[in-house]
Amino acid sequence: MKGISEISTVKVIRCIVCPTGCEIKAIKDPNNTITFEGYTCKRGLEYAEQEFYEPKRILTTTIRVENGFIPLIPVRTDKPILKDKLNETLMIIAQTVVDAPIKMGDILIKNVLNSGANIIASRDLGKV
Amino acid sequence: MIYDVLIIGGGVTGCCIARTLSKYDIKIALLEKEADIASGTTKANSGVVHAGYASQREYLKRDMCIKGNKMYTQAAEELKFPFQRIGSFVVALEDNQIKDLEEERNNGIQDGILGLELILDKTKIKHMEPNLTDDVVGVLHASSAGIVSPYEMTFALAENAAMNGVNFFRNHKVNRIRHQDYIFELKTQQGVFKARNVINAAGLFASKISKMVGLDYFDIMPRKGEYILFDRNAMHLNKILFPTATKVSKGILVCPTAHGNTFVGPNAQNISDKKDTTTTEAGLKEILEGARKLVPNLPNRASIRNFAGLRAIPNTYDFIIDNTDVYGFINVAGILSPGLTSCYAIAERVTEYLELLGVNMKPNEKYNPNRPKPERFKNFSKEELDQKIRKDPTWGRIICRCETIPEKEILDAIHAPVGAINVDGVKFRCRPGMGRCQGGFCRPRVMEILSRELNIPYQDITKKSEDSYFLVSKTKDELLKKSESGEAE
Amino acid sequence: MKSYKADVLVIGAGAAGLAAAIEVKKAGLKVLIIERDKELGGITLQCIHNGFGLKEFEEELTGPEYAQRFINQVLDLKIPYILDTMVIEITRDKKIYAVNNKEGLIEVSAKAIILAMGCREKTRGAINIPGFRPAGIYTAGQAQRFVNIEGYLPGNTYVILGSGDIGMIMARRLTWEGCTVKAVVEIQPYVSGLLRNQVQCLEDYDIPLITSYTVTKIHGRDRIQGVSIAKVSKDYDRIIGSERFIECDTLLLSVGLIPENELTLQAGATLSNNGGPLVDNNLETTIEGIFACGNVLQVHDLVDMVTSEAKRAGKNVVDYIQNRYDKPIKKEEKIKCVAGENINYLKPNNVNKSDIDSKIIFNFRVTYPDRRVIIQFRDENNKVIFKRKKVYVIPSEMVELEVNLKEIGVETTIKEIRIEIIPRPEVLIEED
Ligand SMILES: Cc1cc2nc3c(=O)[nH]c(=O)nc-3n(C[C@H](O)[C@H](O)[C@H](O)COP(=O)(O)OP(=O)(O)OC[C@H]3O[C@@H](n4cnc5c(N)ncnc54)[C@H](O)[C@@H]3O)c2cc1C
Ligand SMILES: Cc1cc2nc3c(=O)[nH]c(=O)nc-3n(C[C@H](O)[C@H](O)[C@H](O)COP(=O)(O)OP(=O)(O)OC[C@H]3O[C@@H](n4cnc5c(N)ncnc54)[C@H](O)[C@@H]3O)c2cc1C
Ligand code: SF4
Repeated sequence: MKGISEISTVKVIRCIVCPTGCEIKAIKDPNNTITFEGYTCKRGLEYAEQEFYEPKRILTTTIRVENGFIPLIPVRTDKPILKDKLNETLMIIAQTVVDAPIKMGDILIKNVLNSGANIIASRDLGKV
Repeated sequence: MIYDVLIIGGGVTGCCIARTLSKYDIKIALLEKEADIASGTTKANSGVVHAGYASQREYLKRDMCIKGNKMYTQAAEELKFPFQRIGSFVVALEDNQIKDLEEERNNGIQDGILGLELILDKTKIKHMEPNLTDDVVGVLHASSAGIVSPYEMTFALAENAAMNGVNFFRNHKVNRIRHQDYIFELKTQQGVFKARNVINAAGLFASKISKMVGLDYFDIMPRKGEYILFDRNAMHLNKILFPTATKVSKGILVCPTAHGNTFVGPNAQNISDKKDTTTTEAGLKEILEGARKLVPNLPNRASIRNFAGLRAIPNTYDFIIDNTDVYGFINVAGILSPGLTSCYAIAERVTEYLELLGVNMKPNEKYNPNRPKPERFKNFSKEELDQKIRKDPTWGRIICRCETIPEKEILDAIHAPVGAINVDGVKFRCRPGMGRCQGGFCRPRVMEILSRELNIPYQDITKKSEDSYFLVSKTKDELLKKSESGEAE
Repeated sequence: MKSYKADVLVIGAGAAGLAAAIEVKKAGLKVLIIERDKELGGITLQCIHNGFGLKEFEEELTGPEYAQRFINQVLDLKIPYILDTMVIEITRDKKIYAVNNKEGLIEVSAKAIILAMGCREKTRGAINIPGFRPAGIYTAGQAQRFVNIEGYLPGNTYVILGSGDIGMIMARRLTWEGCTVKAVVEIQPYVSGLLRNQVQCLEDYDIPLITSYTVTKIHGRDRIQGVSIAKVSKDYDRIIGSERFIECDTLLLSVGLIPENELTLQAGATLSNNGGPLVDNNLETTIEGIFACGNVLQVHDLVDMVTSEAKRAGKNVVDYIQNRYDKPIKKEEKIKCVAGENINYLKPNNVNKSDIDSKIIFNFRVTYPDRRVIIQFRDENNKVIFKRKKVYVIPSEMVELEVNLKEIGVETTIKEIRIEIIPRPEVLIEED
């Protein structure tokens, strides 16, 4: 935040939608409205808006399994969840233990942290 | 219990002495400070069984080397370790070096070295070793020189010694020695060992051990030698290649291992820390440059590992093999190169010393010089293999894909006398993890087998020493710990 | 000795092997899969992150989900497979030997073989880091397997060498498991993996990415206690005085993958400079009837491309069995494909002249990144025969190009095609 024109830049977002990697700036004008600048296409703008107001991520991790063919089942959230909630979600997942057999898509934790997202299994897992 | 002989140090020297003495009906034990034998200098050296022309003629080491070389054929037959007499070249790149080679040849022949030949015919030389540089003007060929796997030989020696009654104690560091009424008391953390005679074969630390009985008459300095090892497919050498020696060292060689990989090294660097087996950037560069003088087309990218070994250099520059003033205490110290070549001759000399000391060297009736040949998947015909797997399914489970090593060979390495107790122990006994992927694929499986066979929790399996752990916790344990300590956010 | 017979033997049950086998089976041929692991799926099973399947299924899946879809097809089609079984030899006359601990030695005779053995990770020795050789040095994939499948953490504090995708993904994975990643160190002046991973795996968690640096020394005798890193010049020489120490208990290497081709060599096939077998446009190796696809042929960034390559291999194998197998060998005239300026390697290495009027898929990687370039084909007389613009090229992204050679005017008299990447002339003018 050196130059005058950047004084109102509140965030720089690197667009990852395509490999061009535009640097998109979120700019605040005197009326406190936010505009974006630096994107090349509409997909970039959408991405920047999402990243600015409500960054979300798909979480992929594992859950411990009793009597499984392997000791962990890979899981993911079935929709992106707030970036801020990742750590808390990981803690809940760490405390969870599930039983084999499991089918891909099985909901292992429902509506985790009231996010509206479920934690689902990423594969089939048989018993030992 | 009072042993007739306690050996300190489980390198090639100590283990060869143990095996040689196991021919006699005496009580013997060997104490090694590390988690496994062959952990010191014996683990990292060139593995060349020298012909013996190289040392100066007044040195004991020359004599021991020439004798020792000749004893290898029988030893390899009995102990079934990898050994091949492929012959060595000392390479002259300039005309004025030829006379040095001539002198070495003449002296060598006088001293009883067989198979020495000066070759000046370049076509013939290149035919014998096509990888050699075009700049070669002549070579001293020593057909009696060979290559050996030093640690596999040491394991074989220990195994055979144990079969014949020698007790091995690993993780037993000798900290103090008391000497009273012709009995030595060796203190280790695990207890006191008593013996009438002690053989000090502690390698780099031999001067320290010698001082424990008040004998302070030599020093040992570490001198580092670094190596680079190449993928087996990268190059095939027929001969051990030395440059013409300078006063300081035998120079950087280019050489096959007993398993067909090519390696280059060592350089020679005086250091102060006897545990400093680090490789250095400058050193690795130095050896590559040196090696390229002999073999210019050395593969550039096919190196699979680098490592360093420490020579135990005594201030006398010669072996110190002494029946000392402390009655019953034998120093076998300063065993620098060609110590590996000399070990059988050294062990023979130690035997003579013990006789002089009045030990009753009655033959061990049950002595069997033959170690069962380790069975190797790779050596079986298809039919044999099929039969083997039917009898024992562990032959059919391949653990190391690079070297094609089945579970059975690993089980054998673990359950052999003085067997493997950690991942490196398995690796150096039967090679899983030695190949081009360096354990990427097989390590978890080797850990699993060790854990099961030795009844050690998976997480506690180590690489070599106790502190060389592989894993810190189970997945999720870290998070659970944090959540308990309230670090959640 | 137990023996099996099949029209086609597929070696390896990763993304490539599964897709190829399905393709062959759908054509009504008899196929057998041999896999050395204890389940079908290959490397994707341990890649539990998402980012798979955007091309193939038009949705974003995790590695295991992607694998599961193919496994389900294999099960539905009742394709026979043998697990826990290692192929140990392919003889020059195409006999295949495998072993397992239940059946002993297995001999397979097949009319055609599809190689789908995947790749392996490069290790530390290959890049010669000086120092001690303690425990605690892992390749990124090895650590991934420990954490995601075996259920153990190899360490608490990490330095990752190499900014490839696997390394960056592991940085996030370990952070999510409560570990600390001190830095990702990259010798090149640029990140070698995808931007998306740089943003979502490193920047999201403030993991420093240190480019133009490399690990110069490993500290710690028993377990690694830290690494020294140093800045490197353009020619990758260490800059004296730039060295600094980072404490860590684990070093992960993400320094590249190489195709796994011991068996291929044994069978007598020739390899090309990328470590994969030399193939023609049918993905057939230099041994008739032996085909290759997936990472064993060339390391892919995206599993979707593995799948499409494998399907192609499957189709070509079917064609081989139906039209060429057991027939007198027709001497094929070939056009040699050669890597020119800024091409690291390319596939295929040959195009059959008889296929000149069909779609040929060229894959290649560049040696260095560049923007606003032209991909150009020349013949042996240096005549330019084809040009295509491209916005950017980077080594970490394999380029795929579909060309009908006849349509671009290539005659059967041509001997060689040289592919090169050159700056666009207008860029030069602009800079003037
Ligand atoms: C770079 C290099 C290249 C070489 N090349 C060759 C070659 O090509 N040919 C050749 O013939 N020779 C060669 N040598 C020499 C050869 O390697 C050595 O002579 C030989 O390995 C010495 O074996 P050692 O048993 O005496 O010593 P070590 O192998 O060092 O064994 C000594 C053992 O004593 C143990 N110990 C120490 N202190 C205690 C204690 N307090 N309590 C219990 N145990 C203790 C140590 O842990 C160690 O295991 C080379 C050496 C080096 C370094
Ligand atoms: C760590 C990692 C992360 C990746 N992340 C992504 C990503 O995020 N998104 C994406 O699209 N792509 C990703 N990829 C790339 C993509 O997943 C792989 O390129 C693809 O899965 C490779 O498939 P494959 O079938 O060629 O190899 P593999 O999946 O490796 O399969 C090869 C199989 O052959 C078996 N095999 C080998 N030798 C033998 C033998 N002698 N006998 C019997 N069986 C044998 C092996 O056990 C293995 O199962 C990643 C790759 C890796 C390595
Ligand atoms: S803004 Fe558009 S062009 Fe720029 S990186 Fe994003 S998607 Fe690509």
